[in-house]
Amino acid sequence: MNWINAIIQGLFLGGLYALFACGLSLMFGVMRIINLAHGDLAVIGAFGVWVVATQAHLSPFIALVPVLPVMLVVGYLLHRTVLARSLRSGPLTPLLTTFGLSIVIQNALLQIFSPDVHSLGSLTGSISTSSWRLTSQLSLPYLGVLTLAVAVLLLGALQLILQRTGFGREMRATAQDPETAALVGVPASSVYARATAIAVATAALAGAFLAIHSTFDPSSGPTQLIFAFEAVVIGGFGSLWGTLLGGIVLGVAQTIGATIDPQYSILAGHLVFLVILASPRGRFIATRSASA
Amino acid sequence: MNGLLQIDNLVARHGLLQAVREVSLSVAEGEVLALVGANGAGKSTLLRTIAGAHPAAGGTIRLDGADITGVPSHRRVARGLALVPEGRKLFPEMTVEENLLVAGRRARPGTWTIDTVLNAFPMLKPLRRKRAANLSGGEQQATSIARALMTNPRVLLVDEVSLGLAPVAVDVVYESLHTLIRGGATLVVVEQDLQRALSVADRVVCMLEGRVVLQSATEAVTREQVTEAYFGLARVNTSSATAERALSERT
Repeated sequence: MNWINAIIQGLFLGGLYALFACGLSLMFGVMRIINLAHGDLAVIGAFGVWVVATQAHLSPFIALVPVLPVMLVVGYLLHRTVLARSLRSGPLTPLLTTFGLSIVIQNALLQIFSPDVHSLGSLTGSISTSSWRLTSQLSLPYLGVLTLAVAVLLLGALQLILQRTGFGREMRATAQDPETAALVGVPASSVYARATAIAVATAALAGAFLAIHSTFDPSSGPTQLIFAFEAVVIGGFGSLWGTLLGGIVLGVAQTIGATIDPQYSILAGHLVFLVILASPRGRFIATRSASA
Repeated sequence: MNGLLQIDNLVARHGLLQAVREVSLSVAEGEVLALVGANGAGKSTLLRTIAGAHPAAGGTIRLDGADITGVPSHRRVARGLALVPEGRKLFPEMTVEENLLVAGRRARPGTWTIDTVLNAFPMLKPLRRKRAANLSGGEQQATSIARALMTNPRVLLVDEVSLGLAPVAVDVVYESLHTLIRGGATLVVVEQDLQRALSVADRVVCMLEGRVVLQSATEAVTREQVTEAYFGLARVNTSSATAERALSERT
């Protein structure tokens, strides 16, 4: 029963990781940028929701409604001002730029919000603590189910947009060959800016769920970035459904590790990541040209 | 002479190499221009520079009188300039239909829609849902031309129409080009096969080492004259003549 429980809890944790990894995967898939500030952008989102929720006495879920559009704009402007410029100077520059951005964001948040640890869990009421009891030893937490459902819906919606809409087709065309996309009239820079906008908004959503799930502070970003990065690599770079699978594999590995011994939790996740990276598939991931 | 597409003293570089040297050209509405020349003559660079995929280092490109030299390539498409790039350059992970739809999304208003394009290229109809990466060379070339048409271009630039295609596929692609020409399209075609080039074009332009060395109406020029220009034989003669003149002046 312990093991089944571990797998189920891992599934829910995986939903959270998939939520984090979604934007990272999208940005890498479309413009080959590994956004090292992704975790910190998520923490900005979490602080945004925290400010709105505490100031206006709203549930964090409602506070997300104004925060997400703001983060869309932030993402759009981030690309137009910083990322577009660094993309022009080669593939390595965005890596350095986002690394710098990560440090700037962490210190700015530290300056504004102090290093205090916050949580949105207490503001959500019973949803973050209640669960469906299946048996005496097995229960499904509301929040876990909600997180996984949101992750599946978000990745599914993005996949649908990529496959079925004109905007999605432009995004895929630009991802495959930006020069040729421009030759059929698709402006790569505006496609990139919109992809970044979506990625940053999904990061904020993930940050809010992290904040409801546990705690956050200005320096929470890098840890989340590592988990998101691992989820993306396990799932295969640039594929959205793969990212969901990667998040779940990572989550399950961590909870199973924790069942063996609590100190193996994070380690087990890293080990799965390393095994995937060392496997023949790892080489495939490194050279693969992403399609979504 | 003021054509629909007017190029004056255009210069394009690959690093230190000057691939296009002060080329001036004019293409009138409804005209079919064949651009011929040996490998490395600068034909592809010229087309890419006209389409905006390669920066111009000097000179001007005008479309219908408006200077588009500094306009990014996606805006040139919106103004009615489309390039079928060398090597087809389809989006490999997308289906034929998706390749066409991507180009049609921001198209200028015009007669070409997914239905009219598929009618002009009937061979593509059964391939609509096939991934572009799985097409044969001829099918890819047809899709690439069809994709460019989806933008409703006023001038269509086609780079290397028949390069790397089986003879049968070349026939099919030329058949569809003939359909376009009968419809009054303005075309600039780069073609290695001289016979083919002369068969479709109203006018032929031969490039050598980045310069235009021959420019003439197709009926006013013989295959031999073009071949001579193609290999630079005429130029060798003139340059040795200049050298002789210089010598005689000195003495």
